[in-house]
Amino acid sequence: MSTGNMNLTLKVWRQKNNNTKGALVDYKLADISPDMSFLEMFDVLNEQLINKGEEPVVFDHDCREGICGMCSMFINGRPHGPKDLVTTCQLHMRSFKDGDTIVVEPWRAAAFPVVKDLTVDRSAFDRVIAAGGFISVNTGNAQDANNLPIPKMQADAAFEAAACIGCGACVATCKNASAMLFVSAKISQLALLPQGQPERYRRVQSMVAQMDAEGFGNCTNTGACEAECPKGISLENIARMNRDFASAKFISEETV
Amino acid sequence: MSDINSNIPEGELASKWTKYKSSVPLVNPSNKRTIEVIIVGSGLAGASAAATLAEMGYKVKCFCFQDSPRRAHSIAAQGGINAAKNYQNDGDSVYRLFYDTIKGGDYRAREANVHRLAEVSANIIDQCVAQGVPLAREYGGLLDNRSFGGTQVQRTFYAAGQTGQQLLLGAYSALERQIGMGKVEMYTRHEMLEVVKIDGKARGIIARNLITGEIERHFGHAVVLGTGGYGNVFYLSTNAMGSNVTAAWKAHKQGAYFANPCYTQIHPTCIPVSGDHQSKLTLMSESLRNDGRIWVPKKKDDTRKASDIPEEERDYYLERRYPAFGNLVPRDVASRAAKERCDAGYGVGASKLAVYLDFKANTERYGRIEAAKAGNHNPDKETCMRLGTAVIKEKYGNLFDMYAQITGENPYETPMRIYPAVHYTMGGLWVDYNLMTSVPGLYCTGEANFSDHGANRLGASALMQGLADGYFVLPYTIGAYLSKEISTKAIPTDHPAFAEAEARAVGILNTLVNIKGTKSVDHFHKRLGHIMWEKCGMARNEKGLNEAIQEIRALREEFWKDVRVPGAVNELNPELEKAGRVADFIELGELMCIDALNRNESCGGHFREEYQTEEGEALRDDVNYAYVAAWEFKEGVNFELHKEELKFENIKVAQRSYK
Repeated sequence: MSTGNMNLTLKVWRQKNNNTKGALVDYKLADISPDMSFLEMFDVLNEQLINKGEEPVVFDHDCREGICGMCSMFINGRPHGPKDLVTTCQLHMRSFKDGDTIVVEPWRAAAFPVVKDLTVDRSAFDRVIAAGGFISVNTGNAQDANNLPIPKMQADAAFEAAACIGCGACVATCKNASAMLFVSAKISQLALLPQGQPERYRRVQSMVAQMDAEGFGNCTNTGACEAECPKGISLENIARMNRDFASAKFISEETV
Repeated sequence: MSDINSNIPEGELASKWTKYKSSVPLVNPSNKRTIEVIIVGSGLAGASAAATLAEMGYKVKCFCFQDSPRRAHSIAAQGGINAAKNYQNDGDSVYRLFYDTIKGGDYRAREANVHRLAEVSANIIDQCVAQGVPLAREYGGLLDNRSFGGTQVQRTFYAAGQTGQQLLLGAYSALERQIGMGKVEMYTRHEMLEVVKIDGKARGIIARNLITGEIERHFGHAVVLGTGGYGNVFYLSTNAMGSNVTAAWKAHKQGAYFANPCYTQIHPTCIPVSGDHQSKLTLMSESLRNDGRIWVPKKKDDTRKASDIPEEERDYYLERRYPAFGNLVPRDVASRAAKERCDAGYGVGASKLAVYLDFKANTERYGRIEAAKAGNHNPDKETCMRLGTAVIKEKYGNLFDMYAQITGENPYETPMRIYPAVHYTMGGLWVDYNLMTSVPGLYCTGEANFSDHGANRLGASALMQGLADGYFVLPYTIGAYLSKEISTKAIPTDHPAFAEAEARAVGILNTLVNIKGTKSVDHFHKRLGHIMWEKCGMARNEKGLNEAIQEIRALREEFWKDVRVPGAVNELNPELEKAGRVADFIELGELMCIDALNRNESCGGHFREEYQTEEGEALRDDVNYAYVAAWEFKEGVNFELHKEELKFENIKVAQRSYK
């Protein structure tokens, strides 16, 4: 079993709740193993805090295998830290050096208010999905799955958009706190599939309206969202959403 | 022998479900509007049930502890979902899926439930595709299939290595649609802490708002638990950090029997533990065993690098022991074989608790095929490896990347090191054919119940069961109960039963924060996990189990004296959440050992060392143990055994052989 020899200084955002002010607090950690995940390093920190009689740092996490989208740390100025295409839980301490100082903050966006310490409220994403991120088919109404052939390239493109884990890194990194990458990924997935056509223009209007109502910012094509997305969701989705949104205003008889 | 009634409909196996569906009492639409159903859990089993019941017109409340229903751990399932579509024209049928599942479960599952599962499996695929779930397709535009363990047909549908994610997001979108229409009230970051019973029937729950710490009372004409499995009793497992048994355990303490708790699935191919800091284990999909060869050095304590060990000094022990199935034996068999080699001193890596999963032979083979396609019929080794690596990358790229990220090693160059890890629990709350527990009005779906996988689950069957229960089974069977409840008015939550249940929950929370002991919750959880893994893990014996029971009782006592839970009850307090869950895991751990001790046979994931063949294979006792062990909770953490006899009328029970 490896015990580590990394010594680190952490600057961690502590905030009791959304009504109080927060601040960065310094912590020293010793004997960290490079094989630990970033969250396991936080487990070590919390165990130390508990043993000292202090309150541990609250942070969101669940699957710890990069798929549930719950972990959400802003590490040294980047969502999910320095490595591309990984979530915080899949980041390992070998990506850091002995003696490093690491700054850890929560996602920052008006639409993602801080709940406590590093935990934020991302329920705005659920409300955007509830506004139209679905195909209206009740259980029991489906025809045989192979009655609707879908070209492989189209199905693969829909899958790539559907790989979004809803973590919110795109919002956290955007200077405008825009949710366009998240919203457009769902719109694209369904717009690329024949099943999604009947509601296509209605969907894009309702979801964009809800996105605006939640207080997310606008897109200024910086591309930080794509660069920081742990699942590599493409900016093309935003272009597709914009096309559909514009089309909806011209060609769709439905206004939402 | 049975002293509990599973309410299996009469008639031929193949027509039971059809007949049942056509004759089950219905609730008319105007009555549905006044009937409230509580669903706890928003994974495949919970979200699909919540969406479907809301579509049917019921008033639904759905609860999850995560910040969004989309985070439930169903999302992490990699490989695929089985369905008897026979799209590959390879002789698949409902009966064959039924047969494979019963056999894979080592003849410890209920025939009628498994047949129904096989019947509705095809509908699941139709439903998911209609929802826009992007399952993998072939160039002709039709759905693709892959092979999985324990079957001889290709019936597994998939979406790359993210099938669970795509299916869950499908169910989640159906659920969000109902939330948007106001037909489901969603309670995220809420944890169920008690079942409320009135006149013997489940009538609601007590839940804690995890953000504010407020305790809430919720009424329902019926309560459904789709709360997942309890693998985290072992501390280290492939489950999510938050996965827990609390909802099921509280139900158990209110009278719901807990069935076959000792049936645990240990998955053979996981990334090994790297140190004491380890918080969870990561699975490497079963599909890797199609192209990887598993081996250890022939020499004990061999410290050479894998690449320095010549071919003749390698022991491909699965191919040696099971020539017919080789590296594709079922999960339980592969896991035990790895443990046997490591225990005997042949393990690899720093911990010696790992074996190699080596892709070199198949990489070279693929390379040779690719070279031949390009007209090169005599390629050198380097060309083969280069071309073959590209093929492996396309098939398993995301898994190889994950392995490299976690271990810091390049699996394209050195073999993966793997070791078995706790993955799934076949046991769970006992349910009858209607998926109702032994508490009237309390239902249980998905991994949380015990019903369909017997003593060992086949790969790609968990997703199938979760969605079968939620989309196609529960919505019918719950009608049988609710049709008799149409004149029951919503019970106000100031009823004394709600107050009593709330007092129980609050009492536990206050006790936990006031112990102010010296050791963290994780400290106790790790110790519990260690006992369970060593003495109730891949192999069990009478002596070890008896010791484990004593050790767990002592641990329970120490926990309630010495646990330290910082912070307060009325705020977001993850340590308090964990403390409540670990308290329940400790009690469950004891029951698992009691169940394992009671079952004097080996079957599926339950391997008792005393009961094995001369070759070291599991030895069932069908005369004495062909029953479901359903345990009733008794005052003071005691358990009483009830038995449901398993009758095999359509399948000939036989010894599993993979040699």
